[in-house]
Amino acid sequence: MNKFLITLGSLAVIATTQSCKMKNADSVVSGDAAAKVYVAPGKYDEFYNFVSGGFSGNVTVYGLPSGRLLKTIPVFSVFPENGYGYSEETKPMLNTSNGPVAWDDQHHLELSQTDGKQDGRWIFANANNTPRVARIDLTTFRTAEIIQIPNSAGNHSSPFATENTEYVVAGTRFSVPLGDADVPISSFKKNFRSTASFIKVDKATGNMNIAFQIVLPGMNLDLSHAGKGPSHDWFFFSCYNTEQAYTMLEVNASQKDKDFIVAVNWKKAEEYANSGKGHKMPASYAHNTYDETAHTAKSVIEKDVLVLDPKDCPDMVYMIPCPKSPHGADVDPTGEYIVGSGKLAALIPVFSFEKITKAIQDKQFEGNFYGIPVIKYEAALHGEVKKPGLGPLHTEFDGRGNAYTSMFLSSEVVKWRLSDLQVLDRAPTYYSVGHLMIPGGDTKSPTGKYLVAYNKITKDRYLPTGPELCQSAQLYDISGDKMQLLLDFPTAGEPHYGQACPADLIKDKQVKFYDINKNKNEFLTLGEKKANVIRKGNRVDVYMTAIRSHLVPDNIEGVYVGDDVYFHVTNLEQDWDIPHGFAVKNSSSVDLLIMPGETQTVKFTAQKQGIYPFYCTDFCSALHQEMSGYMRVSPKGSNVPLKFGTNVIAPDPTAVAATK
Amino acid sequence: MKKNDFLAVLAITIVTSLFIYGCGGGNSQASSTDTAKSANTSAPANSAAEDAKGTGKFTDVKLTHPLDQSMVKQGSAVYDVKCNACHKLTSDKLVGPGWKGVTDRRKPEWIMNFVTNTDAMLEKDTAAKSMVETCMVRMPNQHLSDDDARHVLEFMRNNDGKN
Repeated sequence: MNKFLITLGSLAVIATTQSCKMKNADSVVSGDAAAKVYVAPGKYDEFYNFVSGGFSGNVTVYGLPSGRLLKTIPVFSVFPENGYGYSEETKPMLNTSNGPVAWDDQHHLELSQTDGKQDGRWIFANANNTPRVARIDLTTFRTAEIIQIPNSAGNHSSPFATENTEYVVAGTRFSVPLGDADVPISSFKKNFRSTASFIKVDKATGNMNIAFQIVLPGMNLDLSHAGKGPSHDWFFFSCYNTEQAYTMLEVNASQKDKDFIVAVNWKKAEEYANSGKGHKMPASYAHNTYDETAHTAKSVIEKDVLVLDPKDCPDMVYMIPCPKSPHGADVDPTGEYIVGSGKLAALIPVFSFEKITKAIQDKQFEGNFYGIPVIKYEAALHGEVKKPGLGPLHTEFDGRGNAYTSMFLSSEVVKWRLSDLQVLDRAPTYYSVGHLMIPGGDTKSPTGKYLVAYNKITKDRYLPTGPELCQSAQLYDISGDKMQLLLDFPTAGEPHYGQACPADLIKDKQVKFYDINKNKNEFLTLGEKKANVIRKGNRVDVYMTAIRSHLVPDNIEGVYVGDDVYFHVTNLEQDWDIPHGFAVKNSSSVDLLIMPGETQTVKFTAQKQGIYPFYCTDFCSALHQEMSGYMRVSPKGSNVPLKFGTNVIAPDPTAVAATK
Repeated sequence: MKKNDFLAVLAITIVTSLFIYGCGGGNSQASSTDTAKSANTSAPANSAAEDAKGTGKFTDVKLTHPLDQSMVKQGSAVYDVKCNACHKLTSDKLVGPGWKGVTDRRKPEWIMNFVTNTDAMLEKDTAAKSMVETCMVRMPNQHLSDDDARHVLEFMRNNDGKN
C-alpha cells in the first residue's frame, strides 16, 4: 500500500511535468494525438470546418482540431431548431418553380476567394436534387440567397468558384431535355443535354445571377474545379457516361476505357455571352434572397436564361480523355496540374495545363465529341500515378508540392508528389472514404497542417445505434513526412465535401445582435407601447414583443375558430446570445427562435375552441418559466370581443361575491 | 495519524504543489477567477464616492439647467423601445425598479455607467449586485450609445420633476 502511494505520487509528478511541457511548441509536435486535438474549456479551435450535410440538406460547422460541432446552418432543408422554413419570413427561401421544397441533398461547399485565397466573406453550397446554389453570409452564418438552376438535374459539379469568385458553377449530373420538353427517355442521345451554368457573383454584395449556360452533349458532369494562376481563365469538369446510357448505368455507363475532363474557357464564354453569341431561352426558376434589415426573404421567379452552344463559340470547350469514369477534377495550388480521378482506374492521370495549351495550339486532337475537339491523351498528360490504391475519388493539396487522394475501395488516403508522381505515404481510413479536405486545400494557398477524411461507412467505430449509423470525419496531422491519425468524430447527415479556414478570417466580424432601430420588418413592434392585435376579416395580426421575461400582449381574447392568427414576435433584447423562442399549443408550425432585435412570424390557424397557452421556448432568464401567456379561441360566430393586454388584472368575480 | 494517511497527504501535497509551481506561469487562468478576485480586492480600495458613481467611462457628467427638452424627447423614444418593458415611470416595481426618484437615489454617472456598462456593473457594483438579488433578473444590456444614455438620464430628470 505504501509502495503504491509512493508510486502514485511519482506518476503524478511525471504526469504533471509532461502536461506542463505541452505548452511549448516542441513538445506539442512530438506529443501524442490526444494532446494535439485537446482544446481546453473556454479556448477556441484553430479552424472553422464547414461540412456539407448530404441528405440532411444543411451545412454543419465544426471546430478543428477538436471536432466539436459548433452549428448547423439551415440551407436547403427546414430546420425545427430555429424555425427556418417554418416562419413566414424564411418560407420563401425554400421556394422553387415547383413550389416549396422542404428537404434537399447538399453535397459541396466552396468558400469565396479573392486572388485565389479564401476571403472569409461567403460560403456557397449546392443542392443536388432540385438544382440550386446557395450563398451563406459568414457574418451571420445564415443563408442569404438561393438561386435555382434551370435546364439541369442532379446539380453535382457545384458550387465551385473561380479565383476571384467571379463565377460559381453548376453542372448537370443527370442530363435532361432543355426546356423540360416531353420526349421519350430512349431519345437520350438526340434530346438530352448536360449544361454547365456560370453564376455571376456581385463583388460588393455577393448577389448571384445566372450569366450563361453552356450546352454540352448528353452525359453526366460529375465534379469540377476552377483553374488558378496560369489557368485562371479555365474551368475543368469531369464527366462520365459518355456512353450516353439512360438505364442500368452501373454497367452501361462503364463500357468505355476513357471518359473526359471537359475544359471550359470561361473568359471566352463570357466574351461570347457579352457579344450576343448566345440566345435567350424561356425558363422558370426561383431566385430567393433574405433581407437582413427587413428580416424577411422574398422569392422571385426568373423568366429566361442565356444559353451558349459550343458550335457557335469556337475555342470555348475542349475535351481531355480521362480513364474510367472520372470523379474528382482537382487543380493544384500552382494552377499547372489537373488531377482526374478515374474511380474505376488503377492509376491517377495528372494533366499539365502548359501541355494542354500547347496541344490546343498545335491542334493535337484525336477527333471530336459532338463537334467538341478531343485533345490527344498523351499530349495533355503530365504523367500517371501508378498503383496508388483502389477507387481514387478526390484530391487535395498541401501547398508543399504534395497531393492527397482518397481511395474509396481500399479505404485509405494516399500522399504523392506532384513533380515525379511518386507515392510517399498511405494512411488507413475507417471506412470507405469519400472527400478529403485540407484547409484551403483547393486554393492557391493551403494551410497544410491538417487533413480531414469524410468517411461513408462507420460500422464498428462507435457505440451501435440500430440499423442507421453515423458517418464520420477523421483528422490527420499532415505537417510531417508521415500522416498521423489524430481523431475521429461522428458527423451529421452525410458529409461530402468540406471547407476550412483559419478562425481569424471570420471570428471577429460576427454580427452579435440586430439593431432594433434599423429593423424594417413590415410587422415590427418597436417597443411594448406599440403592441397590438388587429383583425381584418378572418386574419388576426398579433404585434408582440419579447424581452426577459414577458410577452406583450400575453392575454388575447376574441379569436375564433377558423381564424388565421399571425404572431409577429419582435425580440426587444439588444445583447449577444439572448434569443427568445415562441411556441403556441397545437400549432402545426411551432416554433420560432427570434434573435435580439429581430422580428419573426409564425402562422397559427385555430382549429378548435379552447385556451391556447404560448410561451418562450429558449431558456432566457431565471424567470423564463414565467414567460408565457394565454390566447382564448372561441367558437365561430360567437361575440367575444377582441381584447388583449399584459398585466391587466380583472376583479375576481368570486372574491366580490365572498365579501357580499 | 496513521502512516498510510500521512503518505497519502504527502502525495497529495506534492501533487498539488507541483501543479501550482509547475503550471503557475501558464496562460489558463479562467476569467471568472479574475473577476472574482478583482471584485474582492477592489471593494475596500474603492472609496464610497467612487462606488456611488459606479464602474464605467462616465466619471463627471455635467448637468444642464434648465432641462434640455430635445434630450428629454430623445430619451423618451429610447425608453419606449429599450426600457419600458421592465421599468414603470412611477415608483412601482415591474420587472426592474420604477424610475420615480431614481435621479435622487443615484448619481448621474452611476445611471449612465449602468446603462452603458451593464454587465461589468452587475459583476462589480455593490448596488447593482444587490438589485439583481431583489429583481432576480439581470438587467439586459440594451446597448445604449453614450448619447442614448445621456438622453435617458435627461428623461429621468424630467420624470423626477427636475429643472
